[in-house]
Amino acid sequence: MDNMRERFVSVTSRALDEDPRLALVLAEITMDGFRPDQQRHPERVINVGIREQLLIGVGGGLALTGLRPIVHTFASFLVERPFEQIKLDFGHQGTGGVLVSANASYDWPAGGLTHMAPGDVALLDTLDGWTVHVPGHPDEAEALLRRAYAAGDDKVYVRLSQQSNAAPRPVDGVGLRTVREGGPGAAVVIAVGPLLDNVLAATEGLDVTVLYATTVRPFDDAALRGAAGRGRADVVLVEPYLAGTSTGAAAQALSEVPHRILGLGVGRAELRRYGTMDEHTAAHGLDPRSLRLRIGAFL
Amino acid sequence: MTQATADTGFRYEDLGRLIALMTGAEKHAPAAHSTLDVLWVLYDRVLRVRPENAEEPGRDRFLLSKGHGPMAYYAVLAAKGFFPVERLRGFGSYDSPLGHHPDRTLIPGVEIGSGSLGHGLPLAVGSALGLRAQGLDDPAVWVLIGDAELDEGSNHEAIAYAGAAGLERLHTVVIDNDSATHGWRGGIASRFEAAGWSAVTVDGRDHEALYAAFTAPHPGRPHAVVARVEKKQ
Repeated sequence: MDNMRERFVSVTSRALDEDPRLALVLAEITMDGFRPDQQRHPERVINVGIREQLLIGVGGGLALTGLRPIVHTFASFLVERPFEQIKLDFGHQGTGGVLVSANASYDWPAGGLTHMAPGDVALLDTLDGWTVHVPGHPDEAEALLRRAYAAGDDKVYVRLSQQSNAAPRPVDGVGLRTVREGGPGAAVVIAVGPLLDNVLAATEGLDVTVLYATTVRPFDDAALRGAAGRGRADVVLVEPYLAGTSTGAAAQALSEVPHRILGLGVGRAELRRYGTMDEHTAAHGLDPRSLRLRIGAFL
Repeated sequence: MTQATADTGFRYEDLGRLIALMTGAEKHAPAAHSTLDVLWVLYDRVLRVRPENAEEPGRDRFLLSKGHGPMAYYAVLAAKGFFPVERLRGFGSYDSPLGHHPDRTLIPGVEIGSGSLGHGLPLAVGSALGLRAQGLDDPAVWVLIGDAELDEGSNHEAIAYAGAAGLERLHTVVIDNDSATHGWRGGIASRFEAAGWSAVTVDGRDHEALYAAFTAPHPGRPHAVVARVEKKQ
């Protein structure tokens, strides 16, 4: 099985052949994967070198001429370094494009904080109108990338990760999907992207409703309200990025009913550890055993 | 497409009066506006963009990156008929589309919203690439920046890439009024030339010199015109 980033290369390669409106902008990262595409489409596969501000600015300029830019590099260099360019070169200009990141929160733990971006979704949350897809499997990544490329002039962020669930689920690019249904009044646990398997393992035997999110913005208010019912709502969010990123969105969705929300995710404090993804998942309390303890204590 | 010859009846001599509609003061003589002569020569004689074709894919693009103090820009756009001259009076007010930094979604003929420095040249690079990718090899892309704006690192990313890529349809005008605190050893044009651009430095008040610089051939290279104007007060 390929990983999401490899799938991004194959999906985008086909999409560039099929849709003359698409143009890909790179800053060296993943360039090797797209060399054949650059041969076929030299004017629509653009590598600007290690220049991330220019990366986003060029994407914005392409959009001004009517193309749909796909802009890609690691999340830390795509969202954090040129953040003002994202805000102004797309949002303020009234144009759109597709930002596709790799490396997620800690896909390369031995690489350290410079290559980690647990805050990317929270940062994009300060801007208006961005759709955020967080696939949990390479097949889901393929479906969501295709949707993003075809989404007119929408502003779309697709967050790819080395972490993956064992099997894909159907994704519709809209909102929350019920994966396990609890009894009346049961608490709701929302699992985002690649953390679904851990959440299902952690909540085995508990009376909870598990919702699966691969599109987190816009937040699916109606689905959460429907799952929570009319009474008091207990909600746990399990996100593969900064803990609490979506608590505001969930609270807004539940503003009409009494509710409690527990936001689980990657901790804010810098771990200053190397090692493996599994070790980092455990360190942030996102492995099944830790999740079971934390969710159980909350309920 | 022909040159922008649509005649609204306004002349260069009228620009001071149009600027006064925004500032409310005649003391803002044209000479006080560092960009005025460059903008006039571009819109009067060089850019192939008029109100009638301002949405057409084949038009030339002018991107004002130096969005601060846009009164000269608004005056020239109004003089060329992009919006009614009467609209100048509301400059900066709540109900006016004319802000202290331009917004492309509010004003006809404005290609980018600007203000934050260092965004226009990267957007211009992307625009030149986007036009080329669509087979639109004719339209020229122009971007106006200031000498102090050249301090922004994003511009150096754009200059280095555009030179290496040989973006022939890309043009940059640098208004040089010695605003940069640390200046540019060896002159601004040398920075562009070192990156593979064609570059020329001219008197930014001399309309004939500006026209000659704007229309100089530059095969296979992007082109920079450094327009020297009196030192910023």
